[in-house]
Amino acid sequence: MPDGQSEKTENEAMPMPPQAPTGPAFAYFDQDEEAKALGLFEILSEDSSYDPANTARFDKALSLDLYRGMLLTRLMDKQFMALQRQGVLGFYAETLGQEAAGIGSAAALSSQDWLVPALREHGAGLYRGMDFGNFVAQLFGNANDVTRGRQMPLHPSDPATRYVNMSSCIATQLPHAMGIAMGIQIAGDGSEVCMGYMGDGATSEAEFHVAMNFAGVRKAPVVMVCQNNQWAISTPGTGQTASETIAVKGLGYGIESLRADGNDILAVYEVSKYAVEKARRGDGPTFIELLTYRVSAHTSSDDPSRYRDESVTKVWRTKRDPLVRMRVFLEKNGWLSEADFEAMVTQIEAMVRKSVEKQRDVTMPPLSSLIQDVFQTPWWRLEEQLATLEAIVD
Amino acid sequence: MPTMNIIQAVNNALRIQMALEPKSIVLGEDVGKFGGVFRATSGLYDEFGEERVIDTPLAEAGIIGAAIGMAVYGMRPIPEIQFSDFIFPAFDQIVNELAKFRYRSGGQYPCPVVIRTPVGGGIRGGHYHSQSPEALFVHTPGIKVVIPSNPYDAKGLLLSCLRQDDPVLFMEPKKIYRASRGDVPENDYTVELGKAKVTREGDQVTLIAYGAMLHVIEEAAAKAAEIGISCEVIDLRTLMPFDIETITESVTKNGRAVMVHEAPQTCGYGAEICSSLYERCMAHLEAPIGRVCGFDTPFPYSLEHEYMPNAARVLGAIRKTLEW
Amino acid sequence: MSAVEVAAVQTDDDLRRVLDDDGKVISGVTVPEVSDEELHHLFDTMLMVRIVDERMMRIQRQGKLGFYMKSLGEEATHLSVFPLRQDDWIYPSYREQGAWFWRGYTIEQFLNQLFGNCKDATKGRQMPVHHSANWLNMVSISSPVGTQIPQAVGTAMGMKASGTDQVAMTFFGEGTSSTGEFHVGMNFAGVSKAPAIFVIRNNGWAISTGTEKQTAAKSFASKAIGYGMPGVRVDGNDILAVIQVANDAVARARAGEGPTLIECVTYRVEGHSSSDDPSVYRNPAEPEAWGPRDPLNRLRGYMKNKRLWTEGMEKEISDRCNDEISKYMALAEAHGAPEVESMFDDVYQDLPWHLKEQKEYLLSQARTKNPHLHN
Ligand SMILES: Cc1ncc(C[n+]2csc(CCOP(=O)(O)OP(=O)(O)O)c2C)c(N)n1
Ligand SMILES: Cc1ncc(C[n+]2csc(CCOP(=O)(O)OP(=O)(O)O)c2C)c(N)n1
Ligand SMILES: [Mg+2]
Ligand SMILES: [Mg+2]
Repeated sequence: MPDGQSEKTENEAMPMPPQAPTGPAFAYFDQDEEAKALGLFEILSEDSSYDPANTARFDKALSLDLYRGMLLTRLMDKQFMALQRQGVLGFYAETLGQEAAGIGSAAALSSQDWLVPALREHGAGLYRGMDFGNFVAQLFGNANDVTRGRQMPLHPSDPATRYVNMSSCIATQLPHAMGIAMGIQIAGDGSEVCMGYMGDGATSEAEFHVAMNFAGVRKAPVVMVCQNNQWAISTPGTGQTASETIAVKGLGYGIESLRADGNDILAVYEVSKYAVEKARRGDGPTFIELLTYRVSAHTSSDDPSRYRDESVTKVWRTKRDPLVRMRVFLEKNGWLSEADFEAMVTQIEAMVRKSVEKQRDVTMPPLSSLIQDVFQTPWWRLEEQLATLEAIVD
Repeated sequence: MPTMNIIQAVNNALRIQMALEPKSIVLGEDVGKFGGVFRATSGLYDEFGEERVIDTPLAEAGIIGAAIGMAVYGMRPIPEIQFSDFIFPAFDQIVNELAKFRYRSGGQYPCPVVIRTPVGGGIRGGHYHSQSPEALFVHTPGIKVVIPSNPYDAKGLLLSCLRQDDPVLFMEPKKIYRASRGDVPENDYTVELGKAKVTREGDQVTLIAYGAMLHVIEEAAAKAAEIGISCEVIDLRTLMPFDIETITESVTKNGRAVMVHEAPQTCGYGAEICSSLYERCMAHLEAPIGRVCGFDTPFPYSLEHEYMPNAARVLGAIRKTLEW
Repeated sequence: MSAVEVAAVQTDDDLRRVLDDDGKVISGVTVPEVSDEELHHLFDTMLMVRIVDERMMRIQRQGKLGFYMKSLGEEATHLSVFPLRQDDWIYPSYREQGAWFWRGYTIEQFLNQLFGNCKDATKGRQMPVHHSANWLNMVSISSPVGTQIPQAVGTAMGMKASGTDQVAMTFFGEGTSSTGEFHVGMNFAGVSKAPAIFVIRNNGWAISTGTEKQTAAKSFASKAIGYGMPGVRVDGNDILAVIQVANDAVARARAGEGPTLIECVTYRVEGHSSSDDPSVYRNPAEPEAWGPRDPLNRLRGYMKNKRLWTEGMEKEISDRCNDEISKYMALAEAHGAPEVESMFDDVYQDLPWHLKEQKEYLLSQARTKNPHLHN
């Protein structure tokens, strides 16, 4: 067993999300189907002003917890990206600017729920308690990686927190999320729900269609979350679909569809909570569009200045930054002092650094791991192939 | 004569053909302004406009389905699938539609669609940016499969594909996209489809490969030469229909052969080549034909260098055929 | 879906209708411009489909045909092609015989395809009902459902890129709207604003699967919103309403305003195909409930009111069709199968060496007895 599995978790400071008290009733949810799918739900406005009646649910514990999840995502992304630039990591993809969408939605889940990620939910996975050491080991694909270095960086897998193993292929996970929900429906005890993620680009794939259609017909307890960051590599939203919003696509499947400001973590949390609770009650699926922006490049291999106007990006990076908006909220409530903030940063950075130190020089997985897991037991040809390989390496 | 890498050669071929044939249309994910994630379509958008260099939504079945419809209508679509690992959402359109359209309509509707897609491992791409699915398509009657190993051939073969009326899967070995450089004439020329190329003559063992693996067998042949073993090296270039004559002739002459590809061994393309050679050269064979292939596992990330065939493994196979 | 629910479908507000069940024009609706001659032609085509279907199923039952698919009750939907010009393109599914006949495909050609004989324009390559006629711009039908949808869009994108005002129309069943290809095709059309028209024949059933198991959407037309295009629901048993809606969609497409999704609400009165037995999965009362809405009857009623229909005229069409069927069926049966070596043609434009070898090998072998009756 790779030591990663026996290692004590490094992010014990990261408890499961505190459960929020019941939230206020928002008029947004009472509108007709089209109005919800075409509208935009928001609690914290761009300048962080808000109606206190709408934030009653967000006590200090929950609010700080959400903020810390976002901060962890941002700070580690920064450090890992730097390591990628130094050639220490082969590949990395940030979620810069999208931290609220990932964390706010996942925070609505309980520990028994399932999270089926797309490509920008690693922060959400860690927020829900995925072991940080295992996560970093996967980035290096070393012998500590519980998935045995099989995939590129940023393809973590954590059965313990029901963070499902992902593929690099866009949208393939969506029917799986729906299938997990069907399984819950058929064989579960009614307490679980499944949340499946996608980017805006993924909505163009056939798998989006089949997954949504099945979910609608089966009334499966699934919440489909689209992080609409308005780009799919170089393709803008208008190149992806002619529909007015992404959310409106849900109506074609008879699925209630909500749309929220994805940079407002309070709004993200509320729509997600609404959908999760609805699924848990057995009232069927919800489709959520979270409107946000991919402030970073697509991945470490991309250069967005080739295809987009970076002055637009700047607005999203500054005025609409989800962390800034939430930090102002915390400060207004007197829940986060400058010193608290510094302490938080120091603690997270130290954790990331410590973990990287621990994993970066670990050896690669053993040769024999190459033929493991193709099938439960390797067949004769795989044994033969391993023998040839070992003979050459010796 | 300018020096180009494979990407530039492909780009050059596309530019020549687009200028010559107004019905040719490039379509795919990020092929427009961005010029493709590997830059193979770079500059085409500016030169030929958005009507002829189309950024599509993220849906491979749509890309190939639409390309078929364009071809049926009389155009010459050149779709790109960003990585051959992402060709599977379009598998139905390729296998059931594109490859059968001419046949099932009794010849009424030829479908001259040339699908370009990067193929193969060695770029730290893990499961989903490394696969070599060529055999699946060779096993689909009605579509040709071409894999160049160098810039000169890439340009000439691509231009040939674009000037004939059958569907082609043109797979570009991405490991050597930039690494393989060479002289490429700027003018228009073609390299004939269905013709292999003997890139090194030798009289003891015939080494056969295509794409990125050609360089591996070249290296093995050079190493073999150092220890006094003479290898003939054959670049297949077209996998369907393949050049049976060239390989038969060489293997008949040498009596020994090694087939190399990075796709998994079992039911891989090499199995067909070996079988065809056994049918034709049995009497001349001095040893069983060696096979050096990818293992029968999904393509790994951390251990990719162990997974990919290399010169040492090929040399091992050469020795084995000689020691038989 | 119970018979009661079926009735409800017909009275929905958003269902476009022109004729009532008796063929009388509903007051206040616009009637599309259709000349008397065209009405006659429409009636002729629909009746022809009905007669051909009837006869083909009979010979299928007699074992003379391997397979057949009827479209009883859905004939009016086929005539969504009414506003198309000959230079427009059609990507059909397997249940639009009327579109073929309307375009000029003959009973002789139709039968030769069913028999897969040496006169079949597609050289006996596919099962019965998989026609292809490039001279009519009608594209080869494929068995996997939905594959034609992105292809039709590709053709429409090609039309747009070429600067013509042609349009491409594609047909498919409501079950097919669940395929990935529906989604990608619709999305490509929306984004590219291609002159494509999507006609869903919602006949209530996909083999044994009813519409409520196919989608939770409020209608199939409502799916259009997700692709940024208009979706229209029309009474698919009302030929004038079908034409009216198709006219609008074609005009939109020609004017460069982009694609339209049309849902023709109709009903599959009989089994899915000759291999099906609907009594296993549906209430026999259900098809009966659709009896009064029969599209041919409604057109007949309308024409009667306009004094355009006579018993004699109907008999004339019917006799002509029956005679033609008898004549060409005998011929189609008599024509032999395609030459054995034709098996290797059209895989590629030229015969590659390996197929040449395989062909020589096959020809050197004793011929197997062709089990097909037409041999
Ligand atoms: C099936 C498939 N096709 C293409 C790709 C290449 N690719 C990787 S990410 C991406 C864009 C994804 O965009 P989106 O779904 O919006 O997610 P985002 O990157 O914005 O989070 C593409 C085209 C892929 N991974 N899988
Ligand atoms: C891809 C694919 N899956 C399954 C089938 C088998 N099949 C043939 S017809 C059919 C039902 C189609 O229903 P619908 O689209 O409503 O058309 P209809 O038959 O009612 O005209 C099915 C499942 C098929 N032909 N292709
Ligand atoms: Mg995106
Ligand atoms: Mg149907």
